[in-house]
Parts: sequence; C-alpha cells; structure tokens
Amino acid sequence: MVDVTAKAEKYRSVAYYPGCALEGSGNGYDVSTRAIAKALGLGLVDVKDWNCCGAMEVKNVDPAIQTYLSARVLSQTVHATGKSVVMAPCNGCYHNLKKAEHDLAHDPKTRAVTERLSSKSGHKTYQAGEAETIHALDWLKATIGEDGLRQRTQGKLAGLKVANYYGCMYVRPRNIFPEKDKGPGSESTTQPHFMDDLLAAAGAANVDFPLKTACCGGAHTLSDSDTSTKLVLNILEAAEASGADVIATECPTCHTGLEMHQVRAEKRFGRKTRVTMLYFTQLLGLALGIGPRRLGIHTNISDARDLIIEKRLA
Amino acid sequence: MMPIHEKSLIRPEALKTHDNLVIDGVNVSGHWSTFIAPRVVTDYNERLEEEIAAMPGGANIHRCFQCGSCTNACTVNAIEPRFNPRYWIYLIRMGYESELLRDKDIIWSCVSCHKCTHICPRDVEPEGVMKATAHWLQLRGYTPPSHSHIFDEEFTRQVVARGRIEDTEVLHKFLRQTKQPLLQDWLVAIARNIALRLPVKWGLKMAWAQLFKPKTRGWAKSRAALQDYIHEEEGKRRRALSTERRLG
Repeated sequence: MVDVTAKAEKYRSVAYYPGCALEGSGNGYDVSTRAIAKALGLGLVDVKDWNCCGAMEVKNVDPAIQTYLSARVLSQTVHATGKSVVMAPCNGCYHNLKKAEHDLAHDPKTRAVTERLSSKSGHKTYQAGEAETIHALDWLKATIGEDGLRQRTQGKLAGLKVANYYGCMYVRPRNIFPEKDKGPGSESTTQPHFMDDLLAAAGAANVDFPLKTACCGGAHTLSDSDTSTKLVLNILEAAEASGADVIATECPTCHTGLEMHQVRAEKRFGRKTRVTMLYFTQLLGLALGIGPRRLGIHTNISDARDLIIEKRLA
Repeated sequence: MMPIHEKSLIRPEALKTHDNLVIDGVNVSGHWSTFIAPRVVTDYNERLEEEIAAMPGGANIHRCFQCGSCTNACTVNAIEPRFNPRYWIYLIRMGYESELLRDKDIIWSCVSCHKCTHICPRDVEPEGVMKATAHWLQLRGYTPPSHSHIFDEEFTRQVVARGRIEDTEVLHKFLRQTKQPLLQDWLVAIARNIALRLPVKWGLKMAWAQLFKPKTRGWAKSRAALQDYIHEEEGKRRRALSTERRLG
C-alpha cells in the first residue's frame, strides 16, 4: 500500500520532460500541462538539455540506441537537474523511459552499450533505480487528486460526455510497468482508469467506451496511412456510438493521429465523424477556469469552439 | 487441427472436394468430406532462425511454443488475416524460407501496439521479431526499404545529428524520399483548417523552428559516439548474414 500523502509531497516539484512532440505538433498538451501546474502551484523543472527518448523509430533501427537515448534523459534528470522524479506527459516518452529502466535493470548487454555510449559522451551513466518515471496522469492523480479537483472545479464539466482514450504505450507491455495492476489505488493495464477518475472528479460523465486501449496506428500514420485511417475510424465511430461529445487523450501521437485521420477518413473514404478531441489536461484546465487560448486549444487540429460554447466550458 | 481463424493458411488449390467418391464402401463425396492435398517442402534454410535472432528485436524467437496468443491479440491481423505472427515464427524456426517469402510484402506493417508482447506467456516479444524479420528481408534484398523503414531512418538521422527531431521536417523529408506529393488533399485540408484559426504569432514560431532546428546543447560527443556505434553494429549484422550487401 502506497502512502498517499508521501507521494503527493514527492510529486509536488518534479523534473518535466516534454519531449519532441510536445515542442511541435503536440504543443497544446505542453501549454495546458504547464498552465495546470501554475494554477495548482505545482513545480515543473524542465530536464536540462534533454534529448529525444528514441521514440519507436530509433527502437526499430536498434533498441540499444533507444535505451541509451532514454538513459541520457534519466541521467540529465538526476545529475544535471537534481531531481529524482521525472514526469513525461507523452506516452511515447513515458514508455521509453520505463523501458530503459527495465532493460538497464535486467539486461547486461544493453547496460554495457549504455555505459560505453555514456562515457564516450562525457556524462554520468544512469543506474537503474536512481529516478522514478511518472506520467502526467500519475502526477495529477497523486497531487491534486480527485478530492482536490472536486473542490476546485465544483463540477464544471457536468453534462459533458467523455470517451477516455489511453492508447497502447501507457499500458503495454505489462513487464515495463511493475507498479501497475497492484490492486486498489494502482493503475490497470487492461482497464486503465486514472484519466476517467480525474475527469469524473471534475464533473464529466464518462461514457462506457470499449476501445480505451485500442491502437490508433500511430506508428504508421504516414507510412501506411490506409491502415491508420481504418484503426482511427474504429475508435471515432465507437466513441460516437457510445454517445461521447469529446475524446479525452493523454498522448500527442494518438491525439494528432485521431485528428489527422478524422480529416483523411472524410476526404478519402467519405466517412464523416463529428466527435471532438481534447487533451485531458485541456479539459481539466477548462474545469479549473483557465481560458481556452491559455490551454492551447486553438492550436489543435480538431476544432473545439462549438463544443466549448454549447457546453458552457469557458 | 488448426484454429478456425487460421483456415486461410490452406491454399485453395490444395482443397479437394469430390462430387462422387466412395472409398472402402464409405461415401466421402461433398463439402463435409473435403480433403487437403499434402505437399512436400525440400528447401530449408537451416540457419534462418539464427539469422533472424541476430537482428535487433529477434533474440527471443527460440522461446516460442506456438500458443498463437500473439496472432489472436494482433491489431493488424484483425484487418489483414494474412498478417500472422505465430505462423511466421513457426516458419522461421522450421527454416521454411520460401514459405515465409510468400508474405514478405506485409511483414513490415506491424504497428507496434505491443498487444502480442503484453499477452505472450513466453516473453518472445513477437513485435520485436516482426521488426527483425522485416529488417532481415531488406538486408537479404528480398524487399525494398519499406515506407516505415524510410521513416525510421530519417527520424534516427535527425536524432543522431541534433539530439532532437523537428516533426514538420520529418514529414517533409519522408514525403520527398518516398516520392509522395506534399500537397495531398487531406494534408492541405488540415493545414488550411489550422491556418484559418491560428494567430500570426504561431506562424512565426513554426517558421522559426524550420530555420533554427531544435537541438540539444552539448550533443557533439553523443553524436560521435552514436555514429561509431551504428557503424560497428551494421558491420556485425552483415557478417551475421555472411553478406556484404549494404543496408537499405
């Protein structure tokens, strides 16, 4: 059983690893995460001189290089930024840091490559266990938590029907997430609920959405677009069928994939869907009374203006 | 016996149905008495499993006990039944190279959703094996570099060079290298849609990112270390296949 107050205290000021996507196409996620931190008085210290985590692309070329890249981010967290907890909102980054942690603890070969590359690069080698990687969901769940949100938001999202979409990298594969599936209070890899819990606390009505952890085909958004469009259409149509006004996302690749292929599905296959996509941090930001522009909602591809007016979210 | 969703593995030409056939006094005519003609495979590549295992991601292939959980969970299999990780792992372990090559054009299309690795009771990491097999097909010259591979290489090039990527540059270079037009209807629709809503400040920010690419400070030593390492590893892989063929 985790000591809830100790965890809240530990996550009050953490190292923040935005990653490449949040600097580019996922900018709205970055802006809204920082806006929430400010509104709640939580400390986010950017990881000093961070680099790409290796994403899926570098892993496909060579998994050991991806482990080194993620290990450098963790090394920068501990040795250059002086933090022992790093928060990554991007599922890809979060997954890769977790995977590096796992590989460095279990695979001597990968550890040797990381040691060699780290010493040649002139920084300290990251040792497994020196830092803890958390997702933006873990961070908000532990700090403000559901009770805090209930108080601060006064049910602001009441009447909003939300489909919570988590994607692949937040829950799979199970072996890199040793803290999940540990009973009450922990996250589930098959039925994740942290985002549902936070949005429900802000008043939202979560719909019964069966494709929470389905794949959006984000790996092949551009290189196999027809497959991605089919997979995204499944998700969008299932969300609409379950009555959702909005799909809440927590990954920039999923989010952009859903947005782009919603347009592509209409252009190429004549399949129009109306459901809106918003980052869960943008929804929580609205619930906390932060203006849509300060949450970067206007930089999303998915146009949320009508939804915000109709549901009186701002 | 085989699971019903894998019946597609039987080739149509091997299915024999007789309108009127009696064997030892038993009538075996019609659909319920369909026969499958046996076939003999004589060309093995006895080193196939070893070769795939030497590719990044393929190391655990020997652990597979053919339960089929990977194929059952597979995202791509649900929309393309020919995409069958269990079957390919079987072919590789048995050395049936020519059988594997029948599916060479779709093996790269794994979307890395990790449902297989999540469910696998033997920690085979089937997702890694798919990537390893796609890699092997290219190194052997059986397939041209897939679009996915071209994307991965461009992405990795930017990370090694600068420590970070810039996503419009990845998009732009990928479309150029795969000879696709930048002005595809859906991309244009997205760009127009955003341009109409965004303030001028945002346009300037994007132009700035194009001119001054995001980079990690103090990256030069990491770049050199990574370049050395990549060069070495490529050599090792070519030797594992006993071929001097250049990557991609």
